[in-house]
Amino acid sequence: MNDRSTRGATRYQVRHETAYRYGADVVHSHQLLHLVPRPSAFQQCLEHEITVSPASFRRRNEIDAFGNLVTRVEFEHPHRELIVTSRMEIDLHGRPTILAADTLTWERAAADLGYRGSGPPREALEACRFRHESPYVRIKRLFTEYAAECFPRGRPILACAEALMTKLHRDIRYAPGETTISTPLPEVLKNRRGVCQDFAHLMIACLRSRGLAARYVSGYVRQTTGDDAEGLVGAGASHAWVSVYAPPHGWVELDPTNDTYVGTDHISVAWGRDFGDVSPLRGVILGGGSHALSVAVTVQRLAR
Amino acid sequence: MIPSGDTDEAKAPQASLAPGALAAYVADPDRFDELLETDESVRPHWRPLIQQLTRDDPRTVARKGLQLTRRLIAENGVTYNVYADPQGTDRPWALDPVPLLLTRHEWHTIEAGVAQRARLLDALLADLYGPQRLLAEGIVPCELAFGHPNFLWPCHGLVPRGGPWLHVYAADLARAPDGRWWVLADRTQAPSGAGYALENREIVEQVLPDAMRELGVRRISGFFGELREQLLSHVKDGDHPLAVILTPGPFNETYFEHAYLARQLGLTLVEGSDLTVREDTVYLKTLAGLKRVHTILRRLDDDYCDPLELRGDSALGVPGLLGAVRAGRVALANALGTGVLESAAWLGFLPGVAERLLGESLILPSVATWWCGERPALDYVLAHLDDLVIKPAYPNQRFEPVFGRALQGEVRARVIQRLKARPYAYVAQERVALSQAPVWRPHGVLGFAARAVSIRTYAIATATGRRVMPGGLARVATDTAVDVVSTQRGGGSKDIWVLSTDADESTSAQTGRSLRSSPRHHDIPSRLVENLYWLGRYTVRCEDKSRLLRATLATRADESVWRSAIAVCRKLGVIAADGQPATALHDDRNPQSIIADVRRLAWCASQVRTRLSSGYWRAVSDIQRRLQESTAVRGEVRDLLDHLLLSLAALAGFAFDDMTQDEGWRLLRVGRRLERLQFAATLLAQHLASDTAIRQEHIEWLLEAYDSVRVYRSRYVVAPRLGPMLDLLVRDAEHPRALAFQWHAISRDLAAVARSLGGSETSWARQMPIITDEELAQVESDGAEAREARRLMAERVRALSEAAAQLSDRLSLRHFSHISLDTHTLAT
Repeated sequence: MNDRSTRGATRYQVRHETAYRYGADVVHSHQLLHLVPRPSAFQQCLEHEITVSPASFRRRNEIDAFGNLVTRVEFEHPHRELIVTSRMEIDLHGRPTILAADTLTWERAAADLGYRGSGPPREALEACRFRHESPYVRIKRLFTEYAAECFPRGRPILACAEALMTKLHRDIRYAPGETTISTPLPEVLKNRRGVCQDFAHLMIACLRSRGLAARYVSGYVRQTTGDDAEGLVGAGASHAWVSVYAPPHGWVELDPTNDTYVGTDHISVAWGRDFGDVSPLRGVILGGGSHALSVAVTVQRLAR
Repeated sequence: MIPSGDTDEAKAPQASLAPGALAAYVADPDRFDELLETDESVRPHWRPLIQQLTRDDPRTVARKGLQLTRRLIAENGVTYNVYADPQGTDRPWALDPVPLLLTRHEWHTIEAGVAQRARLLDALLADLYGPQRLLAEGIVPCELAFGHPNFLWPCHGLVPRGGPWLHVYAADLARAPDGRWWVLADRTQAPSGAGYALENREIVEQVLPDAMRELGVRRISGFFGELREQLLSHVKDGDHPLAVILTPGPFNETYFEHAYLARQLGLTLVEGSDLTVREDTVYLKTLAGLKRVHTILRRLDDDYCDPLELRGDSALGVPGLLGAVRAGRVALANALGTGVLESAAWLGFLPGVAERLLGESLILPSVATWWCGERPALDYVLAHLDDLVIKPAYPNQRFEPVFGRALQGEVRARVIQRLKARPYAYVAQERVALSQAPVWRPHGVLGFAARAVSIRTYAIATATGRRVMPGGLARVATDTAVDVVSTQRGGGSKDIWVLSTDADESTSAQTGRSLRSSPRHHDIPSRLVENLYWLGRYTVRCEDKSRLLRATLATRADESVWRSAIAVCRKLGVIAADGQPATALHDDRNPQSIIADVRRLAWCASQVRTRLSSGYWRAVSDIQRRLQESTAVRGEVRDLLDHLLLSLAALAGFAFDDMTQDEGWRLLRVGRRLERLQFAATLLAQHLASDTAIRQEHIEWLLEAYDSVRVYRSRYVVAPRLGPMLDLLVRDAEHPRALAFQWHAISRDLAAVARSLGGSETSWARQMPIITDEELAQVESDGAEAREARRLMAERVRALSEAAAQLSDRLSLRHFSHISLDTHTLAT
């Protein structure tokens, strides 16, 4: 049975290790993990395991408001180190090609999401969750103006999104370590440097500033290997990209960091309004003093 | 304007009004007048009050009333923080003692309308955080919920424990010119002002006792009793119920109210760091360990409540709180996420919601409001801009409400552009001409003046339905013809009297019934106790350092003492390494300077302000002000030190006479004693180790620094000498400056704390080192042998100081360790 569903699929093994080393004892800690890949039509998780060190005092799985799988962990014994390792084996299936020309104009797509005194269709209602400001994505005229050239009158929404992706890829230099999650987007746009989070947030901001719906997707990308020369930026760490609501086709995923549509190189873990909804590890610790963080991600394509 | 010689029966009472009392009270044809009929006669339900207030010389009545009101406000310490300022720029609460009167009949409509609205909004919240049917059916726009920063996605699917979403709801109402009451705004998150309403009532009750009795004013205290009951009603039998008020802290604008409500409702006032979540259960950190918390009445904004799932940058919240809510282990009043309804954008949709969810029509209408997200509404707003007020739809927008009429030229074009670019983020409202009511003019000619008023009314959820407070907070505009009432902008307040003819509802029977019941003393948050402990330490540290500096300044004439005294001061940090005595007090570069310690003292005091008497707090503010205002003029320093020492002594007095003597107080005392022991032992060890230890002038200086000159003279006939001085300052068990005295006192306190908390005693070296007479005699002589004896003695004294420091660490570890750590929110 399994064989049937995975025929023609690309199989990956992913290992994602996050390690915090603290300068002093952490006496109590709550952690929220978004590390279990959510199933979709194009992705099937065959195996998944999260190991935590030290041994957690309490652990529970939940589903968040956006349908993602969340693991909640609590520690109550003093510790100087926290290591969370997530391992998975996953099958990806190719996605159908969508012709940008077949999607609605961006103006129409935006207008259809607005209130018109009657109930919106179910899918549009869901999309409405993702067209407003969220903690990391403010709506500003700055973004409307920046992206103006990508949104000429009457252009299909997906063609706009594609142009925007290409523009961001051209304008913003991928520069790890130069921004943090708290760097405001206008500053990223001014300095034109950032990482995948910034690319994704900027693209989302440009779309939402025009009343369109866009989601933040977190996950992993395929890594460069010796015989596979064409590597993707963002490997070696967790990655992030954008899903845009392009009726009548629905959600289409684009990766502005790599200027590419998402296909069998991207493994999705979770999606939300922005980084804050789906950060792989989010926690509050009591004590700990200074801390050092190291993250290691390996994505291996398995031979079939 | 008062018709004279009027023979009309109905207007008869007016004839008895003292001439001129209403002279400055001018009716406004564009407003409803609470006091006057359209023919400018006094409305019947106001007559008894107005008659009373004008029976004698109305000016005297007004003056007396205003004076008494001011005095009571000052005595009760009623304040309102205009902006966050640790220096204590709290503004006294502004209360006009003339109440706003509402007839039973008028009240009936308001009561029913407010109760209905509370039910309605509760049902709306349940839908938004549940099935979202109203969104799917298009009865309300998604934009209102999903675009609102207080729509908390992590709360979606949640069912609040203890029933309602809105335990407390407040509605701001205004009376339109036609006499009907309209809803201006809904307060759903953490409505403020109920505490001020109660405080207002307590004050006005004393200013106008006769009028209150005569008019049969409905009491409001029962409302608070019911609130308290309701907060704990979900606790199962057998559990030890504990409800707390969660405050953002002393710098919040309505902190007074948080503290006041805590006292009135008998709840523990806590900050986020006082609570911890373990296994989905909320606990209060107390000196006696963790105590389960069942209900949190929160005065903290929605998104600040849990840094784990909501705003990660919130240092005010409780990590894991949402998990505990989701697990149904704690009730929040109000539930998290209720702030989403605080937007004028909802108003226009509420009639449809009421129809759909309750099958009812609204008893109280809302002020006409257009949400610009709908094309026809936007078109209307742009066409009628001059008649409307433009407001933001979401609280996080940087946009102040503006009157369309006031917009001209460039600014007008910009606002129109903003409306068109993001119409769903704006709301337009009809301008409301508020009704006017009489106030006593606080300045100038005494008498009545007219001011615009709006009222805030409160409803709580009870097992038998919504209960509306029979009264509330009336808010008064600053000036005639001003329609904006805002406490932040300097408006005042009034008590609201709901008149009753019903005897059992009236005031007389229940006068003096008190709600007060203090929280069990074990429920004091450890943070509070820790700050009390440090308040004790810093107070004594300031005192000891000041005394040392003063004694040192007095030795100026003797070059030898002067030099060695300065050296000791520098070692102890009273004077910076390169500093001089005359400027030491104000030395901002020196982190151990007296002024730096005064700042620490004041900070600790601000953290425990609810525990301090108003005299204590005033003394702290006074010390700080005086030190800051003074300049480091040489001659002034001694005066300044004298005054400082007096004020610090007053603090000690307040601490022992005015404070509840519970664990917190006991640890404040331990803090004082530990500090004194440590400082005194360190100073003495310093002295013993110096070459000049046996010189009389040096010993005199030391006795002065210990405030022990007089005791020494009364006890020893000899001139100051090292042996007798050590006898007095080390061994004497009755002299409060002596090490032995402090040593024994600390031991007694620790035993008392252990007894009261039921744990073991915090251990420390229980034995005070014994110093024999022979040893005392030995240290007095000259020569190498005596020097060696002094060195050994210095070490023993220094060991005492170290024991004190270790005890302090142990106390911290035992009682405060879980709170003195910082929390960090980290995300990858």
